[in-house]
Amino acid sequence: MNVAAILMFLIFVAATLGITYWAAQRTKTAKDFYTAGGGITGFQNGLAISGDYMSAASFLGISALVYTSGYDGLIYSIGFLVGWPVILFLIAERLRNLGKYTFADVASYRLSQTPIRTLSAFGALATVILYLIAQLVGAGQLIQLLFGLPYWMAVVIVGALMILYVTFGGMLATTWVQIIKAILLLSGATFIALGVLYSFDFSFEKMFTEAIKVSGEAIMAPGGLVNNWFDAISLGIALMFGTAGLPHILMRFFTVADAKEARKSVFFATGFIGYFYILTFIIGFGAIVLISKNPEYLTGEGGLIGGNNMAAIHLSHAIGGDIFLGFISAVAFATILAVVSGLTLAGASAVSHDLYANVFRRGKVNEAQEMKISKIATVVLGMIAIGLGIAFEKQNIAFMVGLAFAIAASANFPVLFLSMYWSKLTTRGAFIGGGLGLLTAVVLVVIGPIVWVAILGNEEAIFGSKYPALISVTVAFVGIWLFSILDNSKRAEQDRAAFEAQDIRCQTGIGAEGAVTH
Amino acid sequence: MQQEIVEKIKNDPKYQELVSNRSRFAWILSIIILVIYYSFIMVIAFAPQTFAAKIAEGSVITIGIPIGILIIVSAFVLTGIYVWRANSEFDSLIDQIKEDIK
Repeated sequence: MNVAAILMFLIFVAATLGITYWAAQRTKTAKDFYTAGGGITGFQNGLAISGDYMSAASFLGISALVYTSGYDGLIYSIGFLVGWPVILFLIAERLRNLGKYTFADVASYRLSQTPIRTLSAFGALATVILYLIAQLVGAGQLIQLLFGLPYWMAVVIVGALMILYVTFGGMLATTWVQIIKAILLLSGATFIALGVLYSFDFSFEKMFTEAIKVSGEAIMAPGGLVNNWFDAISLGIALMFGTAGLPHILMRFFTVADAKEARKSVFFATGFIGYFYILTFIIGFGAIVLISKNPEYLTGEGGLIGGNNMAAIHLSHAIGGDIFLGFISAVAFATILAVVSGLTLAGASAVSHDLYANVFRRGKVNEAQEMKISKIATVVLGMIAIGLGIAFEKQNIAFMVGLAFAIAASANFPVLFLSMYWSKLTTRGAFIGGGLGLLTAVVLVVIGPIVWVAILGNEEAIFGSKYPALISVTVAFVGIWLFSILDNSKRAEQDRAAFEAQDIRCQTGIGAEGAVTH
Repeated sequence: MQQEIVEKIKNDPKYQELVSNRSRFAWILSIIILVIYYSFIMVIAFAPQTFAAKIAEGSVITIGIPIGILIIVSAFVLTGIYVWRANSEFDSLIDQIKEDIK
């Protein structure tokens, strides 16, 4: 039991509940609920986006990867980062100019609402739920370890808080919780990294020399993370296009006033995320030297107490003692809360805005009804996530984030991208191609090494790679292309004819959704 | 959007300038970052030992490390370049286009 950790965590919870109360007063319309009224600045949104991206899994996971494999951790971080410039150059402004609340607004802008919204909403929900389970299971295990709470209780606390934030405070509360957490996490990680550098007199040479003495030369060069061209390309595609298809990230582009703020958001976000990854690299190497031989942090067998994911946490103790360990533990908890809240909001929007308001009621719905459904959806989705989080406690969930990225890259991204760029895209093409992408991603993950061998216990994987994106993304693009050009229906004519006006709005923002002032 | 306005904007030389300049710029920058990233990942897939070379005689630091950091920095710099040009040149063209249809 760490008193400092619990105290700091309680302060964080009290502060965020205060923000939720403040945000609830300002969340009156659907626009407030989904997009915080569109009044977030580019800088704030940059912090919030980087906060969505810097999950506990990436903070602890990437420093753990550097801790065990050295250079491979850097390869992984770079893959996660390089999607961002592409999102800025090709997607961010168009998305802001066309969209309203969800990325399905953009994908279905000139296409038939029912099929495309349904497909996009399912893509969004699948991504969100997989991501949520992965986050909650990680959260339960981490909190159990840090705070000594039983696993189920940890999952229930996280789930209950996230439901509170989202139901009452909507996007405004979710964004500010995310911003505060991003600042805390960046400061905490900076402090650890400075502490590490201080103990080597700010000499990288010295740090790496000491690390090599502990772990050997191999950590200074690429190891086994990617060792064939298929995995290399496929992983790159999954990370790049997957990032551009994550509903909770895409949603953030609707919270700013215009395309100018949208592009500034990505600039700041790329800076913060890049900086953060450089810190995790230093933290991982620091952990190799400072904790991997210190009996205080080791189990009887010589491994780290709580597993390798605890490397950054133990390091914070080695650097700043109990108080700082408490701070970093509280930050890790806050990180989980902020990320799951953003995910829940994205999932709830897919249900209330896409499925209920636009598919089920065909757009004939008033604000009050849509708001009510979005809150019900938040609570239901939150409870499902808590239930699944508890059910998956002892399961191997390593495939979930990979599958979420694969679905985002193969179903969400191709439809979204081509709807903005390709004038000949038709409803039928988008629906069939996007559906095939989704199906291929799911099937290839199921028959791949992680699920087929490690979980289902079969001898050999039918599909040999852990990264299906190269195939499933290709299937999606080819499918969309083929079924669009073969489409001679009346609807297809309508879809193509509407491109010109859409493109002008895309390019100039004329007619785009504005911000509201309160 | 009314067809009349669509036609007007479409035929506005400023709009055509905006679309062609921005598209070219955005695609060039995208290709730069893709080439940087895929060159990096291909070296790792085919010749990982390249990155194991030391940066200097007697140093333990491998060239893979500064290259990796440089890619992170270049991602940030490229986004900065795009934002800088878009905020000045492209936004002022868009303002003029909006002015023209008033």
